[in-house]
Amino acid sequence: MKTVEMPKMGDTMEEGKILRWIKQEGDQVAKGESLAEVETDKVNIEIESFASGVLRKILIPEGGSAPIGASIALIGTADEPLPDSMSSNGAVKAAVTQEMEKAAKTGEGSGRVLSEAKGDYRAKQTGVQSPADAGSQGRIFISPIARRIAEENQLDYSGVEGTGPNGRIIKLDIEAVLAQKQETVAPSTPVQLPIPEAELTAIEATETIEIPLTAMRRTIAKRLSQSMQTSPHFYVTSVIDTGKLADLRRQINEYAQNEPHSVKVSFNDLIVKAVAIALVRMPQVNVSFAEDRLILKKQVHIGMAVALEQGLIVPVLRNADQRSVLAIARESQRLAELARTGKLRPEDFSGGTFTVSNLGMFDVDSFTAVINPPESAILAVGSITPTPVVVDGQVVVRDRMKVTLSSDHRAIDGVTAARFLQEIRRLLEEPFGLLL
Amino acid sequence: MRTITYRDALREAIREEMLRDERIFILGEDIAGYGGTYAVSKGLFEEFGEKRVRDTPLAEEAITGAAIGAALGGLRPILELMTINFSLLASDLLVNSAAKFHYMFGGQPQIPLVVRMPGGGGAQRGAQHSQMLESWYAHIPGLKVVMPATPYDAKGMLKSAVRDPNPVLFIEHELLYNVKGEVPDEGVEYTVPLDRGEVKREGQHVTIITFSRMLHVTLQAAEELAKEGIEAEVIDLRSIRPIDIDLILDSVKKTNRVVIAEEGWKYFGTGQGLAALIYEFAFDYMDAPIQHVNSADVPMPYSKVLERAALPNKSDVVNAVKAIVPQALVHG
Repeated sequence: MKTVEMPKMGDTMEEGKILRWIKQEGDQVAKGESLAEVETDKVNIEIESFASGVLRKILIPEGGSAPIGASIALIGTADEPLPDSMSSNGAVKAAVTQEMEKAAKTGEGSGRVLSEAKGDYRAKQTGVQSPADAGSQGRIFISPIARRIAEENQLDYSGVEGTGPNGRIIKLDIEAVLAQKQETVAPSTPVQLPIPEAELTAIEATETIEIPLTAMRRTIAKRLSQSMQTSPHFYVTSVIDTGKLADLRRQINEYAQNEPHSVKVSFNDLIVKAVAIALVRMPQVNVSFAEDRLILKKQVHIGMAVALEQGLIVPVLRNADQRSVLAIARESQRLAELARTGKLRPEDFSGGTFTVSNLGMFDVDSFTAVINPPESAILAVGSITPTPVVVDGQVVVRDRMKVTLSSDHRAIDGVTAARFLQEIRRLLEEPFGLLL
Repeated sequence: MRTITYRDALREAIREEMLRDERIFILGEDIAGYGGTYAVSKGLFEEFGEKRVRDTPLAEEAITGAAIGAALGGLRPILELMTINFSLLASDLLVNSAAKFHYMFGGQPQIPLVVRMPGGGGAQRGAQHSQMLESWYAHIPGLKVVMPATPYDAKGMLKSAVRDPNPVLFIEHELLYNVKGEVPDEGVEYTVPLDRGEVKREGQHVTIITFSRMLHVTLQAAEELAKEGIEAEVIDLRSIRPIDIDLILDSVKKTNRVVIAEEGWKYFGTGQGLAALIYEFAFDYMDAPIQHVNSADVPMPYSKVLERAALPNKSDVVNAVKAIVPQALVHG
């Protein structure tokens, strides 16, 4: 009898929730086949079987959760007897997890149920959750004085690694971050003023609705605050003639329509390709700043920002420089679809080396984007707009697109950014090169 | 300064006060001819006579009542109970009479009573005779509870207790009587206030709060910690009630970490009450949860080996400190 365990799918995952069992008890399962759909803190994902046989026992029912490594099912031969302990124990365990879920939802007696489920002495004594329990809900453990010092210094401590017991952030950790900041930030930097308390309290509670942060919103807040606070952004904007690009796109799409797997290439796909080629030509933009050194990435993985109802996620087109335009189009559509259905795997949205953010479809002239750390630059793409321009001394109307490159000045200087943008512009204005 | 024992310091305090004020007298079991169970009153009977040094029956309720009555009548009794364990027999009088009369009767009567009694274990006295019960009395408004740990403090605080117009429970420790320390010469007047703790050792990494016999264990632990670079600030409470909370908070605000080292049991004792005060008033200064060092949560075993295992020791204090002082703070 083989045990199926809850797999770890991403660094932050602590437990997974079974959304759906694709296979039922008694079903034949082949190695590599999907067993169940699991929801993690970030994505929904289908987990595959590592064994072939019959799915003998489901230990965690749909809707139940299990920590990483916990047994969730048993696979064996059709006539193999179930272990005694499993046949009853599994059901009990599952019932407990469901109970926990229920309790967590209603907010009733969650402490009690948790403590019974975990056999946690402290929880039993006090009715409070142990750090490990609460950690999965995203609470940050920080000592009172560490929090006070962080708040006095307007320090976002959500990214600080705690070195105290249970990973608690202690005073020393905050002081280390502040000391580091002191070194990197010039002393003349104006202190950010806190939002006046009165301003917040002036709004009557009845006039507001409090929306708890989703895990995604929290991640966005944390990463982008960190980005803006630690990397000095500067912006370079370029206006690009998209006439030839539009012609090329039309030709490609006429061709691609009749491909065995027809696909439609978007402007963004062409921009991604141009950026990828530019990064190969100018690897000094394909870097991460690591305090005492620069890390130059040998591979070009382009992140593309995808808007979702509840936020935003940046799936990554791997080795975009080595893919054809059609391959990029197919991959970007696949990733966007996975993103919209919440099925991206962690490896689908990590490891990017540069990001393209495109708001062109929303009639945006131009905008600046926040760098997606640990990357060092991001390209913000505006709408293609009919624009009066001077050609051969005559004012005529031509399509133009504004792109703005945000760069981390710690890693990239102004001239590098400008030359990189020139490269992109050249590639998009003479787009035949994108196909070669 | 000369060095004398805790026992001698107590005797000097009693004698000097008796010479100063003839309303002061001592009473208790075997304190006269025998000189007291722990020889604190040795020689006083010979010097002051039976009017002022009175042996009593083995009847704690009766003799405590008599002492309270004497105090009400204008005398200043120093009552010796053989141990704090026996004071439970007299607890109704202490809690319901001594602590309340001044309050209940419009402030008219005063009870200038001192009750001396040792507590604590470590001398194989068994479960019934080894208890730290100070928190029982410190719980009561109207009582002062002090527990000096050094000869100097013992003499100075006993004098203050005798002069105080309120009932003061002066709790000694069986294993403190032979502890030696520097005390000014006999007849050199000094007192130690009843509401002030003292920093017995300065440090910046952690505050260890302690009292009575555990002060000496804690100071040894602090020495050992210092060898590893951890500088512990050791606060001797000296007084359990009133508690010198300002002294404690000042130290906590400096070190951000607290270990409470006491000989009594953990649950609902002096340490836990103190911890609650610290959390209430210095929460925003804490960098780690307060650590407690206590006796094992059992009636004191009679067996020498088990008794030693049940009592908190130097290693317990060292380990509690190390649990909350980050290595990087010391060596970083």
